[in-house]
Amino acid sequence: MNEQKSEDKSIFGFWVYLMTDLILFAALFAAFATLRNSNFGGPTASQLLDVNNALAETLILLTSSFTCGLALLAAERNNRGWTIGWLGATFALGGAFLTLELAEFSKFLAQGASWQTSGFLSSFFTLVGTHGLHISIGLLWIVVALFQIGFRGLSPFVVSKLKRFALFWHFLDIVWIFIFTIVYLMSHV
Amino acid sequence: MFKNKLVLYITGFLISIALTLAAFFAVVHPEFFHFDSTAVLTAILVLAALQFLTQAIFFLHLGPGSESRWDVAIFASTIILILIIVVGSLWIMNHLNYNMTPQQINQYLMDQSG
Repeated sequence: MNEQKSEDKSIFGFWVYLMTDLILFAALFAAFATLRNSNFGGPTASQLLDVNNALAETLILLTSSFTCGLALLAAERNNRGWTIGWLGATFALGGAFLTLELAEFSKFLAQGASWQTSGFLSSFFTLVGTHGLHISIGLLWIVVALFQIGFRGLSPFVVSKLKRFALFWHFLDIVWIFIFTIVYLMSHV
Repeated sequence: MFKNKLVLYITGFLISIALTLAAFFAVVHPEFFHFDSTAVLTAILVLAALQFLTQAIFFLHLGPGSESRWDVAIFASTIILILIIVVGSLWIMNHLNYNMTPQQINQYLMDQSG
């Protein structure tokens, strides 16, 4: 009973952290929305941003959110093999997402469209880059979780940690949906 | 219990994929629905809101039947804060833009670059 209570508390605490993180993203979205047309003679959003690439990233991230949920379900059933398998799938999909994002960034930099070019690009790199940084931390978290499952098994401590990771990953998915809509799709309307 | 949760995840996943493809299609082929740009903009914002609800209900398991009401309460107050930040910023910045003449902007930029 006591253990249950302290787990609820740690999940609630993590939830509060996620909400403050959401406010951080809201501020970055507000900055992007005000600066989106301030291209200072440089490339505009519709010239630069590729919706097909963004669609691929979105589908990959949605699928990884799904596999992350399946990993948590397997962990709650105490099935170690499937937990490791679905977590591995989540890691692979998250890695694919990050690769696509970094490829896009380096393409922009090669075209001379860096964060120093214009207000639009500064806010673009800050917003999308902050999300990418969160994804990288999530990937690191998966690696740590895999080691813990490997060495300690699915102890209550490890399962509680996986629950927090799943919240984090679903949260990043939600933030990305808004990046996809507001940054990529709205630039092509 | 396990089956219920599994069904929730699969349903949520399928809905979220469908919503993403719908938003993408509305932007890439607006002529298919005879949409003008305002209609496309409205459509993708509505689809994003639905997507958000889908993720919150099916993946985060929030909602009226949620186990802990505090999670929902703090979530709702965060949404209010976000609306104040985003709507407020856009409102103020648009007014500033509107009230600045192009000459004033050029003068400002020249002053900035020394």
